Amino acid sequence: MAEISIELRNVTKIFDGDFVAVNNVNLSIEKGEFFSLLGPSGCGKTTILRMISGLEEPTKGEVILNGRVINDLPPNKREVNTVFQNYALFPHLTVFENIAFSLRIKRKSEAEIKKKVMDMIDLMRLNGHENKKPSQLSGGQKQRVAIARALVNEPSVLLLDEPLAALDAKLRQHMLIELDNIHDEVGITFIYVTHDQSEALSISDHLAVMNEGKIIQVGTPVQVYESPANLFVANFIGETNFIQGIVEKVEGNYILLKTEKLGEIWCYRDFEVKIGEKINVSIRPEKLKITIEKPSEEVLKNSFVNVFKGIVSERIYLGTHSNYIVSIDQGYQMKVYRQHIRYLLDENIIDWNDEVYVWWFADDSYLIKD
Amino acid sequence: MDKEFNVLGKRRFSFIMTLLIMIFFYLPIAMLIALSFNSARQGVIWTGFTLKWYSVLFRDDEIWRAFLNTVIIALTSSTVATAIGVLSAIGIYWHNFRLKRYFQALIYTPLIVPDILMGVSMLMFFVSLRIQLGLFTIFIAHVTFSISYVILIVIARLEDFDYSIIEAAQDLGASWYQIFFKIIIPMIKPAIIASFLLSITLSIDDFVITFFVAGPGSTTLPLQIYSMIKFGVSPEINALSTLLIGATFIISIFGLRFRKLIFS
Repeated sequence: MAEISIELRNVTKIFDGDFVAVNNVNLSIEKGEFFSLLGPSGCGKTTILRMISGLEEPTKGEVILNGRVINDLPPNKREVNTVFQNYALFPHLTVFENIAFSLRIKRKSEAEIKKKVMDMIDLMRLNGHENKKPSQLSGGQKQRVAIARALVNEPSVLLLDEPLAALDAKLRQHMLIELDNIHDEVGITFIYVTHDQSEALSISDHLAVMNEGKIIQVGTPVQVYESPANLFVANFIGETNFIQGIVEKVEGNYILLKTEKLGEIWCYRDFEVKIGEKINVSIRPEKLKITIEKPSEEVLKNSFVNVFKGIVSERIYLGTHSNYIVSIDQGYQMKVYRQHIRYLLDENIIDWNDEVYVWWFADDSYLIKD
Repeated sequence: MDKEFNVLGKRRFSFIMTLLIMIFFYLPIAMLIALSFNSARQGVIWTGFTLKWYSVLFRDDEIWRAFLNTVIIALTSSTVATAIGVLSAIGIYWHNFRLKRYFQALIYTPLIVPDILMGVSMLMFFVSLRIQLGLFTIFIAHVTFSISYVILIVIARLEDFDYSIIEAAQDLGASWYQIFFKIIIPMIKPAIIASFLLSITLSIDDFVITFFVAGPGSTTLPLQIYSMIKFGVSPEINALSTLLIGATFIISIFGLRFRKLIFS
């Protein structure tokens, strides 16, 4: 088993005596992994980060760093460093002195400081900006100074609190790739807090989905996206169509679900279910097919295919694909994505008010316990 | 044509208004300065240039003593007020405690309360505690009213900074002591200088409060001028006032760099 870097044991944080920000959280993060805490704002993810950095004290439970309980260690004595959301650079110091700050506190020799800071400046591609003040830097550069300042201290864990939130979309993508490269280069544990599911999915080795102070699911991005533990996770990560129903029939690996919205649909049996049990099924919009013409005979031969007719009630063209909302005959509004692979060539353009078929195989859905 | 004339007319109007206001502001001061170089003992008739009133002034022991008192009070009270004010501002701004809002209001009251009330109440306070009126009581009074200004200026500066800067320093290994001297003090340095200079000018300038809390032998320059003026305006007073104006002017020039902070 891999070595554990950070572990939280039954950690609870209560503010002002009654607001439970973090509720009995257990978490262990392996050495060197890129771990994300994902959740809506106010779910307690930043509080967890602050308890690891020592800026907040847990009300109950233990924070363990490299096998040692660090609850009583003040933040300036912990081997963790933080990249703050608004960078929190020292406005009166130059880029060089900002990065050198922790080394000066440790009273390192001038030669060592110079070498380490310049290494960081090279790594972060900040050459030529050493003598600038933070106010003279762009958002992306400030971000890199903040990361350099935290990394120069050689912490065993780097905490990142929504570091990309203040950047524009294009720069965010760019910094995300850069962060990934930096992580590969320095090889220490990164704990990344974000409310942006696409950031968390694209960069993490593991992620924890949080809501209302609790950890709902921990897993790899694929696990969390493809097999969400409950309705909240399925809804928070990506778009999905939820359909509630009662198990009518079990046939091998498949079940027939009787639903109010769509009538009877076939689903893959992702776990044991009993006949008569109430259950939810999540069908991701990108897994649905939308066609003007009836699905081919070959498709229809499969006995576990679900085919519905409907009318396009909304279409959003997004370049790479279009998002459709299809009003199924039964009245259910279904979200469907369609890739534009041969758009304007021989692809049938489906537009508003077109009559369409929406269909998917039973394997494409995922069951979620009620 | 009409329109052009109108614009010119407006321009001339604002020019004349500005000129009148400038005259209104500065003519008395200019006259005072001019008269300090006038050789006539009385009246406003120019009888020739002279520096003799200045030499009389410099040979006047009482004025020297008053000048020395003013300098001592100004420097000590502003230093102490700045130190206390800076620490209080940091405490008030970054520390949450019960009744914080009321406390803040309480600190700003000396800015609003009329000087005469401040003077009377302090006099009653010192007398009831049987504290000998003198330089020490003036010093205490000046520190008291300066603190409010210092806190006001320093808090205005602190508002520009996020608390996460302090947390970042802590996170990077700094102790509270190091955070104070390496982060907070350098960050608010302009505000510290600005409030120190303002305290000096307030202290040099103050008459009303000082009048009440001064004792025998602790006359400051404003008090000295007042006592001299009782016997009529003498050219010596003009000379002394000119020097005072010069001194405050120089301090203001210094303070100009930090003007934004004083008025924000």
